[in-house]
Amino acid sequence: MNEPLRRSNRGLTAKLLLMVAGSFAFGFALVPLYDVFCEVTGIGSRERLLQAAPGAGAGATDERTVTVEFTASVPANGRWEFEPAAFEMQVQPGRLYETTYRAKNLHGRDMTGQAVPSVAPARAAQYLQKTECFCFTPQHFKGAEERDMIVRFSVDRGLPAGIDRLTLSYAFYDVGRGGAGT
Amino acid sequence: MGEHGHGPPKGIVRWLTTTNHKDIGTMYLVFSLVMFLVGGLMALVIRSELFQPGLQLVDPAFFNQMTTMHALVMVFGAVMPATVGLANWMIPMQIGAADMALPRMNLFSFWLLAFAFLLLLSTLFIPGGAPAAGWTLYPPLVLQTGQAFPMAIFAIHLMGASSIMGAINVIVTIVNMRAPGMTLLKMPLFSWSWLITAYLLIAVMPVFAGGVTMLLTDYYFHTSFFNAAGGGDPVLFQHVFWFFGHPEVYIMILPAFGIVSEVIATFSRKPIFGYEAMVYAIASIAFLSFIVWAHHMFTVGMPLAGQLFFTLSTMLIAVPTGVKIFNWTATMWRGSISFEPPMLFALAFLFLFTIGGFSGLMLAIAPADFQYHDTYFVVAHFHYVLVPGAVFGIMAAVYYWLPKWTGHMYDMALAKWHFWLSAIFVNVLFFPQHYLGLAGMPRRIPDYALQFTEWNMVSTIGAFGFGLSQLLFVWLIVKCVKGGERATAGVWDYQHGLEWTVPSPAPYHTFEKAPEVR
Repeated sequence: MNEPLRRSNRGLTAKLLLMVAGSFAFGFALVPLYDVFCEVTGIGSRERLLQAAPGAGAGATDERTVTVEFTASVPANGRWEFEPAAFEMQVQPGRLYETTYRAKNLHGRDMTGQAVPSVAPARAAQYLQKTECFCFTPQHFKGAEERDMIVRFSVDRGLPAGIDRLTLSYAFYDVGRGGAGT
Repeated sequence: MGEHGHGPPKGIVRWLTTTNHKDIGTMYLVFSLVMFLVGGLMALVIRSELFQPGLQLVDPAFFNQMTTMHALVMVFGAVMPATVGLANWMIPMQIGAADMALPRMNLFSFWLLAFAFLLLLSTLFIPGGAPAAGWTLYPPLVLQTGQAFPMAIFAIHLMGASSIMGAINVIVTIVNMRAPGMTLLKMPLFSWSWLITAYLLIAVMPVFAGGVTMLLTDYYFHTSFFNAAGGGDPVLFQHVFWFFGHPEVYIMILPAFGIVSEVIATFSRKPIFGYEAMVYAIASIAFLSFIVWAHHMFTVGMPLAGQLFFTLSTMLIAVPTGVKIFNWTATMWRGSISFEPPMLFALAFLFLFTIGGFSGLMLAIAPADFQYHDTYFVVAHFHYVLVPGAVFGIMAAVYYWLPKWTGHMYDMALAKWHFWLSAIFVNVLFFPQHYLGLAGMPRRIPDYALQFTEWNMVSTIGAFGFGLSQLLFVWLIVKCVKGGERATAGVWDYQHGLEWTVPSPAPYHTFEKAPEVR
């Protein structure tokens, strides 16, 4: 191979390696892009599920009453007792309510767990607003510790008329045995 | 490159140190054949267990390891290396280059691949067994893999790096090393199909590497890319995987398209019909492959607009594919056709790949896909495009160029036996799986409901028939390497392309002085 050809080969190889690096970076860029996509289309949006600020419809109360149900689950390999204090509440849209979930650490050692909320039906999710929730942060438990954890919420007055029953469900996951977690 | 002008060193040293494109091509092809047999054995374990309902031979955990390893071995160990081997052998000879542009990188990529598979196959023997979550490696299931997990991920990184290097080599060779006068649109279609395949590899292999790296950090460093508890989403992995996975299936089939184009033209004794349309069709298929990935995951839930988009864009692929099928048929039209073994395999490819294409169209329809998803219908679909598609394409290539490689004609009668047995048994093996899937049999299960028994038995008989037929192929190749009637430079009655202007077997160094192409 002559020298100009060799140089040209090296140049093209370098450009192609740059493409490879670009593709690798693109793979990681898919992570935030995925969130953006979910946000735009409104499917499974994390922001919406974890919404803390009261929306425009909060404040004045509404005449109607809707039922909010509470459920709790623990994945098969998790060792927790985890259940809501109340299984359902009658609430008026626009008013602030408070309830608790009780969790007990059965691991026999320090453990950190985190609850992931989910609301059904999906189209009601954006109207259930949590102003304070134990799901916002990892929860650290000492061995065999048991405690109640608070969730404050309101149902937005903009809730479509057809919905009179919402379910707020939490799954409680292990996130590690370390300290308070991040 | 100091050794130019000398013959190869003797013995094992030749194979360990060679940077010759023909030697490396041979090593890739032999490696691929070995992996084809290993992956085939795993398939036979699967089919034996499924011969009748109930658990007879293996426990479910091992069964899952077999389905996973069978797929990884066949995709990354058999089909892809076979096409890389063919590229190494044939691209320099088709474009009039003395060797690949980056011979040492070529050598490196082969040995990386060999070590990757040593690592992957060794997971079968460690505590906890091989990965068993399917070749798609979906979390959270794949995170339950035992000690094999980091080994499998590392093996995937190595084989990915190997194919990326192979792809870079092909692109640099084709762009910079063509003989004077060999313009891009004079290039044989096999080289064309590989140029496009190489770009696909560069675009998606690193994305897959990124995806499995995220799995690794989720497993060891408590990141939460796919972990719901930390705010991640397992569905994200499916998007990342299939963004790689769909182009990957074209990486496997496009070289076969190139091969079939050349074989059909040769044995119809006519130039290929619509050469430029063939090039543009390959390029369009490659482009479309980037925007259809979510048709693999309709059932995870997506907005109606998404389902419509992925349904329609997937169906759009049928257009350039239809152009190719039409042009192959038109090439044969009024041709002087003869049925040598490469042509037989190419014709079987034409029929059977098209069946796989049609079942693909059925699967592209989002509402229908909810019924077919994760059933044996999907298994039948992708095996039709991969076995009588990609694998038959590779076999056509071997029968087409084997005399050029070895300098001997092979045993035509034996090759025809191999063809007919393969062509019949591949249908006995996979066609009943359409029925099983439509009737509701899920894939990746070691046991099944009683009503699926008969077709499973038929399928297993087909599997053993097909598997054993491949021993004829091995025997034929060994015989042909050892001796046989001398092959002429042209080999076939009608042929086109620079590789047929050099003697058979092709000398160790060809086109040291670039040929003139007019």
